[in-house]
Amino acid sequence: MCSLCGVLGCDDHWTSAVARPGVYTRNTDRIARRREAARRLAVANALLSTRRLRLSEWQGQSYVLASPTGNTQVFDALSHLWSEAGALAGRPFDPLDPEFIASVEAIR
Amino acid sequence: MSGPTPVHLLTGFLGSGKTTLLRRMLADPAMAGAAVLVNEFGEIGLDHELLERVDDTVVLLKSGCLCCTVRGELAEALLTLHSRRARGEVPFFDRVAIETTGMADPYPALSTIRSHPVLRSHYRNAGVVTTVDAVNAPGLLDTRLEALRQIGAADLLVLTKTDLAPPGRVADLVARLAAVNPSARVLTAPEATAEDFLAEAGDTPAAPADALPHHRDGNFRAETPVTSFSLEIEEPVDWTGFGLWLTMLLDRHGENVFRVKGILNLQDEERPVAVHGVQRLVHSPVHLERWPDGRRASRLVFIVHGLDHARIEASFRAFDAMSRRVTARGSVA
Repeated sequence: MCSLCGVLGCDDHWTSAVARPGVYTRNTDRIARRREAARRLAVANALLSTRRLRLSEWQGQSYVLASPTGNTQVFDALSHLWSEAGALAGRPFDPLDPEFIASVEAIR
Repeated sequence: MSGPTPVHLLTGFLGSGKTTLLRRMLADPAMAGAAVLVNEFGEIGLDHELLERVDDTVVLLKSGCLCCTVRGELAEALLTLHSRRARGEVPFFDRVAIETTGMADPYPALSTIRSHPVLRSHYRNAGVVTTVDAVNAPGLLDTRLEALRQIGAADLLVLTKTDLAPPGRVADLVARLAAVNPSARVLTAPEATAEDFLAEAGDTPAAPADALPHHRDGNFRAETPVTSFSLEIEEPVDWTGFGLWLTMLLDRHGENVFRVKGILNLQDEERPVAVHGVQRLVHSPVHLERWPDGRRASRLVFIVHGLDHARIEASFRAFDAMSRRVTARGSVA
């Protein structure tokens, strides 16, 4: 929990596992954690831009997903990203859809 | 005690010998400290207070995300056990074995342990053992998706009733099981020891290396094929892109990805990293000490239901390359 604002929860997604013996993680220290979070945000935004969505982090605790019309969704774990994004975009993000694969290949 | 208590899940189709196997395992000193949860009325005469009954209450958490499907009563039973252990009301236990019902998909139980906000601090998934009845399994593999899900989720497959089945049929079944789940070990019930039962999923992450070098399909039902294939990638994989790709794949197709298991050759990493998941659940990735056969390449085994292998590979590669481009363009410091 955030001690200042009382926001519950944190992102314990498997891609950002807590550093403990044996477990692979890039969360070894604060800087590494921030660097990976920034990198993940950039790559996620590249994918989301194909549907004109934008993801940002809120105080390192939650994610805010916004549509071009101003709709927003707040969630606290990366595991919710694609279902929330699909709902906001009006159709699901399907990584096996050939059209979507083509648009991923076109991202520069 | 330190760290979360390991939970071993025992599943298998109706009448496949789960209880018989569990009873034998519990007699082994290695299992002396195990608490047991049975989610149907078990026949084992457990004479201590650790036996709890678990029903099929299913609770969906906020946002309806399927990865948060929680079996309420399982969570309740595990939490009660934890508190009673802390208060000294039950004999100390160092691990938990859960026997599921014969029709159960193991995924919700795994997901409950992984996703429950309190449980996940006290327990961890250690492995899935699936019993396979050598007499009836061949028919089940053709008709019951539940049986395939149980086999797909397994780290260890235990063949039961092999003495009742013709030898040819057992050999054929072993080949079919290897095609459905090449990442699982296969043992006959008499061979299986408590040590095998308790082996952690992370202890055998190298399985794909000796499982199959290239595509090998196991088609079962023409209308809904469950197939397995392996993906091999020589060049280092981008972790960020991989994470977003697998998360999106499982979000959209999780119920049809029975299993993902393998090792990754990650960029900027000397040692291999093992990943494994069951449907929408992905376990924490683990660092391995060394490359299983000295060959530095990523190898992933997928067990999928009706998904196109070539498209999964194309998608994986597109995400990987895209992630590199985005990272390299300097938008990230």
